[in-house]
Amino acid sequence: MAPLAFRTVLALVLLFLYLPLAVMAVMAFNQSPLYALPMVFDTIWFERLAQNERLIGAGLNSILIALANTVIATALGTMAALAFQRYTFRGSSLLQILLLPPITIPWLIIGTAMLVLFFWTGIGRGLHAILLGHVALSLPYVIVVVGARLRSFGVSLEEAAATLGAGPWTTFRRVTLPVIAPGVVAAALFAFAVSFDQFVISYFLAPPGVSTLPVEIYSAIRKGFTPEINAISTVIILVSMGLMLAVARLYRFGGER
Amino acid sequence: MTVGAVPAARAAPVARAGRERGLAAAGLIGPAYLWLLLTIFLPLSAMLLFSFLTVAPFGAREAEFTLKHYAAFFQKEFYRTLTWRSLRLGFDVTFWCVLIGYPTALALARHVPGRWREALFLLIVLPFWSNALVRVFSWTMVLRGGGLIDQAAQAVWPEAPSLGILFTYPAIVVGLVHSFLPYMILTCYLSLQAIEPSLEEAALSLGASPLTSFRRVTLPLSLPGMLVGVVLIFVPVIGSFMEPRILGGPEGIMLGTVIEDQFTVVFNWPLGAALSYILLAIVLLLIALAAPILGRPLAAASGR
Repeated sequence: MAPLAFRTVLALVLLFLYLPLAVMAVMAFNQSPLYALPMVFDTIWFERLAQNERLIGAGLNSILIALANTVIATALGTMAALAFQRYTFRGSSLLQILLLPPITIPWLIIGTAMLVLFFWTGIGRGLHAILLGHVALSLPYVIVVVGARLRSFGVSLEEAAATLGAGPWTTFRRVTLPVIAPGVVAAALFAFAVSFDQFVISYFLAPPGVSTLPVEIYSAIRKGFTPEINAISTVIILVSMGLMLAVARLYRFGGER
Repeated sequence: MTVGAVPAARAAPVARAGRERGLAAAGLIGPAYLWLLLTIFLPLSAMLLFSFLTVAPFGAREAEFTLKHYAAFFQKEFYRTLTWRSLRLGFDVTFWCVLIGYPTALALARHVPGRWREALFLLIVLPFWSNALVRVFSWTMVLRGGGLIDQAAQAVWPEAPSLGILFTYPAIVVGLVHSFLPYMILTCYLSLQAIEPSLEEAALSLGASPLTSFRRVTLPLSLPGMLVGVVLIFVPVIGSFMEPRILGGPEGIMLGTVIEDQFTVVFNWPLGAALSYILLAIVLLLIALAAPILGRPLAAASGR
């Protein structure tokens, strides 16, 4: 087939992927709440957004949970990755297979299952429950990303440090951590994005009156369209794409190329 | 978890006593897996239990063992239709993702020079990592009657009939293909990248036409990647509820939306649990069927 055909395919796919997002972003600046054309440029919906306490509160919850999730998932995930890459023990392969359910089972099933257990045992719903859920979803990603970095460096540097008399903690702090730092930072950004964009789990674990940004947006969409949702959605898209660009600088999705 | 410590072969010269290393490994791995136990494995077990109860055992209510929720699934026509609808949605979305995604991956891997390739690849996977809900919402503006498609059509031909397809089945398919297409492009691209260029060169120099070389060499070698993409798309699509709800309106009743209703509107948790487990059984069956194919990239990723 001609290269021209392939270029056309690529162009059409990019158009398909970005067109609706572009429309949404442009309409966020349209004065008409009914998205009427020709468009009249206005920042009224961003001003309304700045006064919408529900959305701002939900946004703060989202950021708070994403930050806590980042710290916890990155710490626990890096520890587990170290164990997998630097120790050999029985059950290691089985434990790595157990990382698949959080990624492969539909979130609907995981979310409703968490709701059942948390409600039943008295853990209850709320921001703490949402955080519990987000960390579980982020852990497998952190373990894989940090693990890949650990593996690509091998153990010779750590062996050298140990031979020269460094204890395990010193070896980790002075040798291992600086070497894997880009992987850890990429994993942390990843964890932040996973939590910040997570809707399904939060939806089932949010009690009335408490919500994260995606949960709030979902209920607003179901009640009827409002251009303020365009405005906040545009902000969210920019934030998460910015985050992923940062991850991409640190961690190549395509593996070794 | 049993942690019988055997020092890694390469670390053997500096290995401390086995027991100490075993404790260290357990200490490193314990917190993460305790967390997963509490948030994934115990909840799944609790939901399995609930699916066999007459009512949710809260407060003073007496719950008894029953199979009626599972029986209802097999007896009532409604649930079979529902499951079929969800499976059909999975087939349709996966079909379009393969049809669009594979040529795109091929174009990217074979017809884009290196410097551009990385940038384009990033552009394609970028939306995948942005908010799924927001991306679905953005389609409502394009697809609704009087939306972008309609206005564009009427700008050309003022008498044009409305092309708004919001709240129809095709709208759900469009939104889900938009959500999952990057996954297919990603997995196909990675497997195409892994093919030795010399294999295709050999086929060509031995007299195969480019089409034959593609059909006999490139396609079979990239098939595993495509199948990984198929599973990774099919599974979440049959469990979707937010996309059918927003884009499908009344047309969007799926297994996923009915499960959602059991937990958030009807409050029949045991029935919702049983339906979730039936969905899970379908998912696990699919993963088991694909396991031999899925296993390879997974093994490669874990480096064992």
